[in-house]
Amino acid sequence: MSAWISANLPYLLAGISVGGQYALIAIGYTMVYGILRLINFAHGDVFMVAGLIMVYATASLPIYISVILVVVATVLLGVVIEKVAYKPLRSAPRMSVMISAIGVSYLLQNCALYFTGGLPQVYPNIPFLSKVVQVGPATTKMVTIVTPILTLVLVFALVALIKYTKVGMAMRAVSRDFETSELMGIKINNVISMTFVIGCFLAAVGSLLYFTNYNSVIPTSGAMPGLKAFVAAVFGGIGSVPGAVIGAFIIGICENIIKGLGWTVFSDAFTFVLLIVILLVKPTGIFGEKATDKV
Amino acid sequence: MSEPILSIQNLQVNYGGIEAVKGISFDVPEGEIVTLIGANGAGKSSTLRSISGLVKPKGGKILYKGEDITGKNPTEIVSRGITLVPEGRRIFADLTVKENLRVGAYLRKDDITEDMEWVFDLFPRLREREWQAGGTLSGGEQQMLAVGRALMSRPKVMMMDEPSLGLAPLVVREIFRIIEEVNKRGVTILLIEQNANMALKTADMGYVLETGRITMSGPGKELLVNEDVKKAYLGT
Repeated sequence: MSAWISANLPYLLAGISVGGQYALIAIGYTMVYGILRLINFAHGDVFMVAGLIMVYATASLPIYISVILVVVATVLLGVVIEKVAYKPLRSAPRMSVMISAIGVSYLLQNCALYFTGGLPQVYPNIPFLSKVVQVGPATTKMVTIVTPILTLVLVFALVALIKYTKVGMAMRAVSRDFETSELMGIKINNVISMTFVIGCFLAAVGSLLYFTNYNSVIPTSGAMPGLKAFVAAVFGGIGSVPGAVIGAFIIGICENIIKGLGWTVFSDAFTFVLLIVILLVKPTGIFGEKATDKV
Repeated sequence: MSEPILSIQNLQVNYGGIEAVKGISFDVPEGEIVTLIGANGAGKSSTLRSISGLVKPKGGKILYKGEDITGKNPTEIVSRGITLVPEGRRIFADLTVKENLRVGAYLRKDDITEDMEWVFDLFPRLREREWQAGGTLSGGEQQMLAVGRALMSRPKVMMMDEPSLGLAPLVVREIFRIIEEVNKRGVTILLIEQNANMALKTADMGYVLETGRITMSGPGKELLVNEDVKKAYLGT
């Protein structure tokens, strides 16, 4: 038994860690969907850009200033994308906004391709996160332990914000009814910007953790974690923050257990099979929005 | 008579490519209950929606206390003291009753506990359901909540779009009793209704809207006995 644990503990730890990183991305998908009913396909690429900003910032700045810069710049990028690519389409059919999101996704990837010349960029070492630590019989990087803790702290803070603050109340109101929210005096555009600020902030934090694990950034680095975070959001019930987080942890852990069993090639396939099964069996996910509307 | 608190001058509103309101003018005197009656598609809702800032009028002017507020955004309109109780109530279904009331006071920075007490006194049934999700209330309770929510902004003018729609006669009477009570507190009411009978009985002044034009006007009691109004809207 103890032999089995010591053999599999690294995979479990890795799973929890990756799960936390997916969770930080997934919240961005689920919150934007909750407010705008838009699947923001560019979100994974914003995550990749956050990685690149870190690479370029550390070339000339100290590491901790770079970290702050990454967070600020990523948040700004998200807000600008919303203002330029989504806001003008507010009254257009939803499909147009989604196509715009796909456009932004490819735009970011191609810009990244231009700046990097297509070469993998080595992600800087963040000393605190890259430190090697011993967990029972396994050795791992500090980031493995920091990720789930940080993720849970941020998620609880976010849930409290949504539940107990005035901004959170406005977000919940806007997510249900734009027009009536306006009649209450809520400025819709501010609430939407706030959603992007939160989503991109979490994606930036996620990128610091994720790329510390993976060591390099390429223009398509955001695609796979982005897709998996999206699956996590659907699995948890898109629109629900706790759902996205739980979905992300389940996917992260399952993927790594599959790797531990020696079926590494199938670990990605598992996630997408899960997506199909969820859509067939329970399209609203674990915590999908219940319809309480009464006319 | 004093200066009207709300003055609509030659208002024109287009809705979905058609002229919904074709240049109407009317005044709402301070402290009174004014009603616009008319059939579906007469332009009643479009009028209220343009006053509240949800749609930009195509032409004409909206004056509030003598000041031009035409085409201002809803946030500004609410902060000036004009609120709209929308058609179909539009309660935030997954916010609690209390949260719905707090959203109503969204722009206020001062203490709202007193107002909340007042709303709960007006609608004791809402107090009992304080922590319930808005979506779980009955139609009548939702209408009460919609009125309470609007009152939380401390309006000077409360506009109401078909408050009696889909409600049982007993509940309708209750809603109109509340409207009168709110009015006694000094809130000016602009009411639009298909239930012309109730509306005219309650209103100081009534206007009849037909396909985007005002065709008749007068004190509520007078319109109530007017032969044309009777035939078209009262079914007697």
